[in-house]
Amino acid sequence: MDTREKDIEKLKDYKYGFTTDIENIKAPKGLNEDVIKFISNIKKEPQWMLDFRLKAYERLKLLKEPNWQKPKYPKIDYQDLYYYSAPKSMKDKPKSLDELDPKLLETYKKLGIPLQEQARLNGIAVDAVFDSVSVATTFKGELTKHGIIFCSMSEAIQKHPDLVKKYLGTVIPVTDHFFATLNSAVFTDGSFVYIPKGVKCPMELSTYFRINASQTGQFERTLIIADEGSYVSYLEGCTAPMRDENQLHAANVELIALDDAEIKYSTVQNWYPGDENGKGGIYNFVTKRGLCKGKNSKISWTQVETGSAITWKYPSCILKGDNSIGEFYSIAITNNHQKADTGTKMIHLGKNTKSKIISKGISAGFSDMTYRGLVDINSKAKNSSNYTQCDSLLMGNKCGAHTVPYIKNKNFDSNIAHEATTSKISEEQLHYCQQRGLNSEEAVGLIVNGFCKEVLQQLPMEFAVEAQKLVGISLEGSVG
Amino acid sequence: MNEQLQLDFDKIIETYKISEKEIQLKKNFLKKFIENGFPNRKQEDWKFLDISQIIKKNIGDLSFFNDYSLPNKIDPSIFIDGLEHNKIIFINGRIEKIDFNYEDQNQIEISDEIGKNISFDYDNSLIDLNNAFSNKVFKILVKKNYSLKKPLVIYHSTSNKIKSKNVNLSLNFELEENSCLRLIDYFSDNTEKNFVNISYNFNLKKYSILKNFKLDKFRNNNLKYSFNNIEQDNNSISETFILSAGSDYFKNEVNCNLNGEYSSAFINGVFSLKENQQHEIRSTINHLVENTKSYQLIKSVLGKNSKSAYQGRIFVNSKAQKTDGYQLSKAILLDETSEFNAKPELEIYADDVKCSHGSASGSLNENSIFYLMSRGLDYQQSKELLINGFLLDVVEKITDSEIKNLIKNIIGLKE
Repeated sequence: MDTREKDIEKLKDYKYGFTTDIENIKAPKGLNEDVIKFISNIKKEPQWMLDFRLKAYERLKLLKEPNWQKPKYPKIDYQDLYYYSAPKSMKDKPKSLDELDPKLLETYKKLGIPLQEQARLNGIAVDAVFDSVSVATTFKGELTKHGIIFCSMSEAIQKHPDLVKKYLGTVIPVTDHFFATLNSAVFTDGSFVYIPKGVKCPMELSTYFRINASQTGQFERTLIIADEGSYVSYLEGCTAPMRDENQLHAANVELIALDDAEIKYSTVQNWYPGDENGKGGIYNFVTKRGLCKGKNSKISWTQVETGSAITWKYPSCILKGDNSIGEFYSIAITNNHQKADTGTKMIHLGKNTKSKIISKGISAGFSDMTYRGLVDINSKAKNSSNYTQCDSLLMGNKCGAHTVPYIKNKNFDSNIAHEATTSKISEEQLHYCQQRGLNSEEAVGLIVNGFCKEVLQQLPMEFAVEAQKLVGISLEGSVG
Repeated sequence: MNEQLQLDFDKIIETYKISEKEIQLKKNFLKKFIENGFPNRKQEDWKFLDISQIIKKNIGDLSFFNDYSLPNKIDPSIFIDGLEHNKIIFINGRIEKIDFNYEDQNQIEISDEIGKNISFDYDNSLIDLNNAFSNKVFKILVKKNYSLKKPLVIYHSTSNKIKSKNVNLSLNFELEENSCLRLIDYFSDNTEKNFVNISYNFNLKKYSILKNFKLDKFRNNNLKYSFNNIEQDNNSISETFILSAGSDYFKNEVNCNLNGEYSSAFINGVFSLKENQQHEIRSTINHLVENTKSYQLIKSVLGKNSKSAYQGRIFVNSKAQKTDGYQLSKAILLDETSEFNAKPELEIYADDVKCSHGSASGSLNENSIFYLMSRGLDYQQSKELLINGFLLDVVEKITDSEIKNLIKNIIGLKE
């Protein structure tokens, strides 16, 4: 038995995961001013940060939960959640993969990625956010050499207050919608990235998120600033242990690209999706927004969404700078009772701005998948263009696939083109693959991967391999 | 506004000769309308063009009372030349004439349907308004195996007697098995600042064919809303053509329920808008059973300060395998102040379907203009030629050659 299998054997023993053996410091349950002050205090935040939070909280009191989205969910009792939960001592932090839950390890095994390899992969400048706090940031030395700041949000507030103060909340204002505002009030940690002028970040930066404790909401906040002429590629991975109850994850991600800068943001989201009967799972209500502030800047979102009971997110680009470019590549796969309502917003404000949206949705089982997107070309955005393509694939007649694009063109110099198709895997294709010796599941895997190719190509290499396998695994048991 | 509504309603009840039961029904509709008011942009279906704001801005004080006791003079000059047709004439919301001279009178039944119960589902307060205030509701029934020889033209006319009025019309059609009706709605107005609210209900039995053409061509300052509900049985066909060009505001809604196998629905629309016009088409096609088909093509040409919106929704039930649904909307923006909005929506619960939609918007292609100019046309001519070609595409979809030619003449399109 090699070490990997031993590891898995070992983990199988603690059936309910490793969640019980980490002692947590929690804020008192519920949401009120005291809890916010508690969070701010325990993190030793300066006064301006506390003011920021309180301002958001004041605003939150006036806001109602949105209800226009397709997936409906039982009402969340915000007073019944812990808003802060942290491993008691840093010694208790998750030390590598021993902390991962067995299902996840099994998944990795299926992915065929050796554990050491996984460790290394996750090791590339990883900032792991465990429950609510950032516990480890690696490869600091190498990054510092280039003047790149990559640290936890809490650290950034302490060490780089000028940058945080200048940019935090500029893309997602505290007065935004309910979940974004909730995040602004209670966010606990997240990642902070600053790439100085003219620097091309030499490695992929990566964050790993995990919800560990029960009844905890995870509210992380990520802020990435790419200064003039810089480039960064950022990866994000998510997992959570299996639990019967639903957990809330409401993150805010802000990207700011200045003149000639480029940010590439990739997500592989594999939160626990609930069991076969739709029990448990994560509510993934995330606000992601990028601002192409400077001329010739570019923001590119790539996402592979396979997890979560309900996914509800629209990574957006505000194309403010002239000649800026926004891209959105997405694969969303839903199986069993999962629901996803995802898409993007491309808001064209500057001249000669371009955006491209490629969205691939696959639904199987009893799941529901919605692409919802907005393309808004402002009257000042001369000579802009957008191309949107969203394709859906259905497996079985118990699931749904929906497309809801909003198209607003207020500029006569600009072009918008939108295409969408919905279909199923053709019998001929399946037959062809099976004839050549693939079993039906492999055949489906192959066809689906082909269907998603345009998006998978956009992922950094290590992620692409993983995502490709993940696509196959997510659809396991859905054919036949 | 609510006081005004109640006052006008009481005045109408006095002048109407209708039974107590009918009054009660109307009262219920009024109550519902007062509760909800005019739709506004908070409602998803009214997101792009907010009728409550538009009424406030364009009309101000809207009055709901119409005196239906006196007949209006029919002006024959509004009639369509060069086409033999049956007529229904509405003037100021009052039915002045129903004339089926070209048809076998035994094959068509016309009945008064006041106080009927609405047979379809809706959540639209304008239909409540219509039910509360519409004068007479007629039902027109085309009997089994009868195809009308000539098209039926419904003239929607307003004379300068009315201003700042709400006019409501409601008709109910039933096409029995294997029957056929060609219906033209023809709008001509001498008024301004009225709000016309039209609601049709069509019931298409097996193998029946409905062709509805809505022609709003002449420039006027009225606001209009039209709602078509179409219920379709096996093998029935509905074809709707909308020319949306005349009024200040016009929203056409078509709700089509494909209840029978092998039924199909076609919606084709043209927006040709100028100064301050705001028009919208919203369609919902519900594919409820197997082997149904729908096709939609909407094109806009938008001039200065105009705005068009298209909201198309294709819904496919989990039973509705082998559905074929298609939607395409295209727009040409001619001026920097024009605006195009679209929301082509697919909601699909069955896997063996072929559904797609497309939307494209932009300016006229400069290369094409250059090409035409190099062949000797001037700028204006080239532009017109391109626009005509763009719109002609939709008109060519009309399956009835007689009416196709009529519409080409009305629009002024030449081949």
